[in-house]
Amino acid sequence: MSRPIVIVNASLYGEETASLLVEDGVIAQVADSIEAPEGALVIDASGLVALPGLVDLHTHLREPGREDAETIETGSRAAARGGWTAVHAMANTNPVADTAGVVEQVHSRGQEIGLVDVFPVGAVTVGLKGEHLSEMGAMANSRARVRLFSDDGICVYDPVIMRRALEYVKTFDGAVVQHAQDLRLTEGSQMHEGEVSAELGLAGWPAVAEESIVARDALLAEHVGSRVHVQHLSTRGSVEIVRWAKERGISVTAEATPHHLLLTHESARTYDPLFKVNPPLRTQDDVDALRDAVGDGTIDIIATDHAPHASEDKDCEWAAASFGMLGLETALGIVQKVLVDTGVLTWRDVARVMSETPARIGRVDHLHGRPLAAGEPANITLIDPNAPWTVSADALASRARNTPYGGIELPGRPVATILRGEPTHLDPRLAPDTEGVPA
Amino acid sequence: MKHLLSTRDLSRDDAILILDTAAQMAATQEREVRKLPTLRGKTVVNLFFEDSTRTRISFEAAAKRLSADVINFSAKGSSVSKGESLKDTALTLQAMGADAVVVRHWASGAAYQLAHGGWLHGSVLNAGDGTHQHPTQALLDAFTMRRHLVGSPEGAGLDGLTVAIVGDVLHSRVARSNVHLLHTLGARVVLVAPPTLVPVGMEPWPCEVVHTLDEAIESYDIDALMMLRVQRERMSGGGLAFFPSPAEYTRLYGLDADRLGRLPDHAIVMHPGPMNRGLEISAEAADSPRSVIVEQVGNGVAVRMAALYLLLAGEEGAQ
Amino acid sequence: MTGTLLGPGDISRALTRIAHEILERNGGPDDVVLLGIPTRGLPLAERLATRLAEVEPGFDADARCGALDITMYRDDLHRQPTRAIGTTRLPEQGIDDAVVVLVDDVLHTGRTIRAALDAIKDLGRPRAVQLAALVDRGHRELPIRADFVGKNIPTSRSERVDVHLEEVDGEDAVILSAGRAEA
Repeated sequence: MSRPIVIVNASLYGEETASLLVEDGVIAQVADSIEAPEGALVIDASGLVALPGLVDLHTHLREPGREDAETIETGSRAAARGGWTAVHAMANTNPVADTAGVVEQVHSRGQEIGLVDVFPVGAVTVGLKGEHLSEMGAMANSRARVRLFSDDGICVYDPVIMRRALEYVKTFDGAVVQHAQDLRLTEGSQMHEGEVSAELGLAGWPAVAEESIVARDALLAEHVGSRVHVQHLSTRGSVEIVRWAKERGISVTAEATPHHLLLTHESARTYDPLFKVNPPLRTQDDVDALRDAVGDGTIDIIATDHAPHASEDKDCEWAAASFGMLGLETALGIVQKVLVDTGVLTWRDVARVMSETPARIGRVDHLHGRPLAAGEPANITLIDPNAPWTVSADALASRARNTPYGGIELPGRPVATILRGEPTHLDPRLAPDTEGVPA
Repeated sequence: MKHLLSTRDLSRDDAILILDTAAQMAATQEREVRKLPTLRGKTVVNLFFEDSTRTRISFEAAAKRLSADVINFSAKGSSVSKGESLKDTALTLQAMGADAVVVRHWASGAAYQLAHGGWLHGSVLNAGDGTHQHPTQALLDAFTMRRHLVGSPEGAGLDGLTVAIVGDVLHSRVARSNVHLLHTLGARVVLVAPPTLVPVGMEPWPCEVVHTLDEAIESYDIDALMMLRVQRERMSGGGLAFFPSPAEYTRLYGLDADRLGRLPDHAIVMHPGPMNRGLEISAEAADSPRSVIVEQVGNGVAVRMAALYLLLAGEEGAQ
Repeated sequence: MTGTLLGPGDISRALTRIAHEILERNGGPDDVVLLGIPTRGLPLAERLATRLAEVEPGFDADARCGALDITMYRDDLHRQPTRAIGTTRLPEQGIDDAVVVLVDDVLHTGRTIRAALDAIKDLGRPRAVQLAALVDRGHRELPIRADFVGKNIPTSRSERVDVHLEEVDGEDAVILSAGRAEA
């Protein structure tokens, strides 16, 4: 089988230092010191933090349909470089992932490339049209084993469809992943409705358009006793509603994106569509609320909403541009910057919000988000928290270039990613004697 | 000054310089030979992504009277409809050697993007971008007010004047431009609009808001009353309407003879045009001696001459 | 030879002489109007008009004197920072068929006068245009000469000639300074 790996002196979860032996796809040993077997790849991990491989619950890989923006291959490479060992690919492809055939194709293409486990998210409704439930059972029972369903990019707006979807996914322990956006309140909307939109003359996107749907869906989930996951929370009001719902015992989970934790609507003053995203960037007060909510567990996970777009869809007027921004390769650095270095999260918390909990919500926790312990699958991310780097769009592995972070310095980065014992990303400085990063 | 994108970017001194220059330009327009050689050899492109014959011909007249070469570039459609993109259009204009681009665009921010996108080197004059800004309109409004309401206009602002702006503020680049310019020049600005047509988030704007025209006339000593154009579809667009009906709008916000009569004697009536007679303004008000609406059009040429002069006449690369 | 070349008395005598020369040259004040080129040509034109009126009581100094701003006719606009535009004010009787005496403080390259001639052409059609300058410092770049000169001051190109006038600067003086050394 593959070459054994010895990770020497890593700080597990940012806590005690230990060495890890990886053999045959599993963690074979965790000890103070390990003698490297013949031919092993030895990684000196002094000063590095080891976490279970990161799991993204919200990724757009664009294949099939928009291979000019991203492919499963380029997206997988970006994921590996970002420290991810699993990503959940959203259904808004062309064709839409609303049948077993499409989800199986996406899943198997991911396995073929082998850089990251690609778990397809199935569409809630046929063609994302919000009218008829898709064949969720067929997708759940397919080789792709779909457990999460979302019309992401579009809200499941009709309350009856939403109710039925919540009920139906209980059959296979699934969850409905909601893009909370009142469609009527956001017709033509371009950015957060507030002082900046008023000044810039860009149509406003009120916070209530998100909050009202979050509240409705929490109540629906309670009523039918099902599980709802709310994507990309962006407002203080949404946080408060989720907090209330959890206190009430409703089975609701929520995510925040790195960009909503870092950027505000002030960015729109440049009219640079790189900052145009759905839901929109909000106020500093909302950012503060989101950070606090990640800290106190109201927000369960961090997910990227990695949304590649071809340059012509961003190099245009704000109102004509597509929503979305790249995120896979910058997420960990931003989380360190805004949550770890500020004392909101420990690295053990980061393992929880970026690996363990997303794996559990996605029902892939038998494969990912496992403890760093002997006998567990060797899905590992090594992070150098003291390796400041400046983001450059041209240096990213994604095919698209729409990162809003160009020129921003991030404090650290993943330096190695290991998927089932195979390095999928390896900083050449760590192992100068090897071929380094896989193609 | 390299670009003219927003009245928010103008200091009081900048604004007064433009108005004073416009006054000199206006004086030249009363001569027998109205053409000046000032911008000989300069190329001004009128880039219009949205129809606006009156704004285009105003800029065209301004540029031609300063002897600039004028190219009219009508780029209807957009990257939404997969027409030529803003970027490609800008690159084309750069290749043509445009010294200034006058841009009218349906998208807010398009002028800012043209100026800062790195696509072209010339000056950009915003001739109206979406619902954002229309700075030369505000400047010509201020110029008109100064002429009528300020004793010795040269070098003066609009200190102590009260200006009421009535109508669809939410969708109005004219209102946005005027609020800031008039404030910068020392005027008190009162917005008069139904709450549905006042933008959420405008609280920091340097102005006051009242919700009926009668209240505005009663509570303020209005020196200039500016009526905004209302689009009928916004008055009665089914579920998306901002107002129950055009008739109700006229009753609450229309300027008719009665309301005109209750304004102070010296007050002037303005409208950026084109007017909806019978909706926001009655024919009687539009045609009254207090109406300076036609004069606004003429002042527009002088103000645009001033803007072109100040952006283009100076040392290259040293603005 | 730097320093103050003309004091208040010199300037006053020069203007009086020019006033008499204008009358002599044109056989009296009829048809004569004065156009001062801002900034300092304008007060000089006004002083000349006052002197003409002193000699010829029928001459209405206010009605015969105007200002001609030539900024928009300059040929060096793109080499300078943007200039504020000054006022052009024609004398009440206009300039058609008049004898226009252009008045400026310093005659140097002649380019200002070239611009002034272009500006006049757009304003009307005088019978004749004459030029009065307080100082002629030479170094002409165009075939232009003054009809009336207060004082000829030979200079090198690198030297500066500054005219100060009571109305603008609070004192009357013509000052020659070294400027930058000639290459």
